[in-house]
Amino acid sequence: MKDTGRDVVRSGLSLVRLRKWYWRVNLIATGLLLFVWALVGFGASIFFVQPLNAFRLPGTHFPLGFWFAQQGAIVVFVGVILSYCFVMKWLDRSFFEARRQLAKQRGVEEEYER
Amino acid sequence: MSVKAWTFVFVGGSFLLYLLIAWWSRVRDTRGFYVAGREVPAAANGMATAADWMSAASFLSMAGMVATMGYSGSVYLLGWTGGFVLLALGLAPYLRKFGHFTVPDFVGDRYDSQVARLVAVVCALLVSFLYVAAQMRGVGVVFSRFLEVDITVGVLIGMAIVFVYATLGGMRGITWTQVAQYWVLITAFLLPAFAISFKLTGQILPQLGWGGSLRPEYAGGSAVPLLERLNATLEELGFASYTAAFVGAWDMWNVFLVAASLMVGTAGLPHVIVRFYTVRTVQAARWSGFWALVFIALLYLTAPATAAFSRYLLLTTLNDRSGSELPGWFRNWERTGLILWLDDGDGKVRFSNRKDNEIFRCGRLTAVELAEIRAEHQRWLDSGGSNGTDGRAVLRARGLSGPDNDIILLATSEMAQLSGWIVALVAAGGLAAALSTASGLLLVISSSVAHDLYFRVLRPTASEKERLQVGRASIAVAVVVAGILGIYPPAFVSEVVAFAFSLAAASFFPAIVLGIFSKRVSAVPVIVGMVVGILFCGGYITLCSFLKMAPQTFGIFPYPVNPQGIGILGMVLNFGVTLVLTPFFPAPRREIQQLVDTVREPEDPIAPRQSSTVLH
Repeated sequence: MKDTGRDVVRSGLSLVRLRKWYWRVNLIATGLLLFVWALVGFGASIFFVQPLNAFRLPGTHFPLGFWFAQQGAIVVFVGVILSYCFVMKWLDRSFFEARRQLAKQRGVEEEYER
Repeated sequence: MSVKAWTFVFVGGSFLLYLLIAWWSRVRDTRGFYVAGREVPAAANGMATAADWMSAASFLSMAGMVATMGYSGSVYLLGWTGGFVLLALGLAPYLRKFGHFTVPDFVGDRYDSQVARLVAVVCALLVSFLYVAAQMRGVGVVFSRFLEVDITVGVLIGMAIVFVYATLGGMRGITWTQVAQYWVLITAFLLPAFAISFKLTGQILPQLGWGGSLRPEYAGGSAVPLLERLNATLEELGFASYTAAFVGAWDMWNVFLVAASLMVGTAGLPHVIVRFYTVRTVQAARWSGFWALVFIALLYLTAPATAAFSRYLLLTTLNDRSGSELPGWFRNWERTGLILWLDDGDGKVRFSNRKDNEIFRCGRLTAVELAEIRAEHQRWLDSGGSNGTDGRAVLRARGLSGPDNDIILLATSEMAQLSGWIVALVAAGGLAAALSTASGLLLVISSSVAHDLYFRVLRPTASEKERLQVGRASIAVAVVVAGILGIYPPAFVSEVVAFAFSLAAASFFPAIVLGIFSKRVSAVPVIVGMVVGILFCGGYITLCSFLKMAPQTFGIFPYPVNPQGIGILGMVLNFGVTLVLTPFFPAPRREIQQLVDTVREPEDPIAPRQSSTVLH
């Protein structure tokens, strides 16, 4: 019979670290995606619209800055949310796989907290 | 068949559909009534969210505003889509994990304070009532223009329809009717755009067509890029270029402030946030955010194209036309006063941005005032300038140059000589947009009263049956009050909506974000922050819009701040005040900090929880 006390303590700490890891990756991913959102939504569309207007969107007659402000930013917004969904799907899956590993190490049936 | 007959067909048919859905989706418990049993699939929820979000303003007015403003219209395109990124990434999954019924629920529980809950309830009610008044008005207006019914009757009909499916089905009925309403409104918006794009440029996809070249027969002989031709025509007539940035009062900072305020305000609107409570899992909440923006983008990517086509058509079909050749659509809209022609005596129409402009609108003038101005103008014409007054100068001094923005979408189909049934479809689409948003707002109002006030504050021991009854009763009352507001609307509808956005940006958004991303912030700082934000924004908008104070630069900005842009400043103030006060107050108790941990943790995809820690 394993020393469940020591195992619980060991896996308890790891669980806490796992949660911290999850939250940190979540914040970083969200931060990066919001950076892209701001870059296109405010950068290309507003603050840099005039220099960008010197160019045309390839294959069309749209001034580039103007196009970002009216259509391009929206397309990027959709892409940002889509990326977020996939990243979080991967992150959630990784979290639960790791937690199942931890539970196996403890040799006890997996518990769902609370 | 006439346009009116087609309108009866489409409007009647769509209303029948909504009633059928109402019957099919009737509910028996509070989970069904408030959060649709949490069983709405992500894509369907996205459609419902899109319809809920796209109000009569998005549908009817936005294309017109972009058409008039050109580049600066981007504040609305960016502002009303960008907020969904904030919602999907920063709010929705966490609130869904929290698992309750409403936004004041979260504020009250996270900050462990009935005062915070009450402040949130007051904000939710204020925002929702302001917004719903504009929607019911929109319903009445569409009825009156297309079915030639009195505005009051139109509002009453709209009220009756919403009453049925909202009281029978609550959130479930509202959600599934919103799905149907989405398809009505998107079809109504896209079809004319496809037709006009193909007609003018030969490209059937309007989202690409407006960046292409006009067909020779529309550009006087050779294929010229639409935007170039539009810019050139505008400049000839004394208007600002369509694609040039930062002209006039819309300088870079105002464009930024307004766009940012609208984005953050969007993410703080209770009727949008609450749409993410109705899906099965946290993952589904994220995907629902994705789908919502996809379905919204179908309209928003098309709107700038529609706007550019409209502006071009408006300029070219009116200028140099003789009075006797004016198209039928012009005469129809002239009767409503939304577009007026005051001739200078040569019998030809001139639509420009200079003193020779002859196209105006009636704005807020009464019928009597308008008739007087016209009579004086006629006297001026008849006497060759010695008697009477030049009506054009009078209207120009009142800021009424150019047609009303609202008619631009409605008239464009007629300008492009599309079939009558397309025009009628637009009417049904406008009604769908207004009704879907109105019902979402009514649900928030009802839940604020029945769930947040009655159940969580006044009678926590109320039974399921009692809670459902109070829910139904409060939504019934809310429909009636909304209808009354639609028949007797507040005087400044668009300023009132701007206030609603600022309120959401400066009160809800910071409170929810801090609640999720900080464990240290407690009740008192957040309440003070919310109140400061509300007073700052409310004060600025009241002073500028109602008391005619000049907009301020606050010593920071090069141009005075447009009242629509004050929300983001209120948000910054709220964050600042809250964070500065936080160290002076004790941290939230352990159970609350654990609640935040729960909200941040992922939900196992194999065994998702349907509810969360707190009993309801």
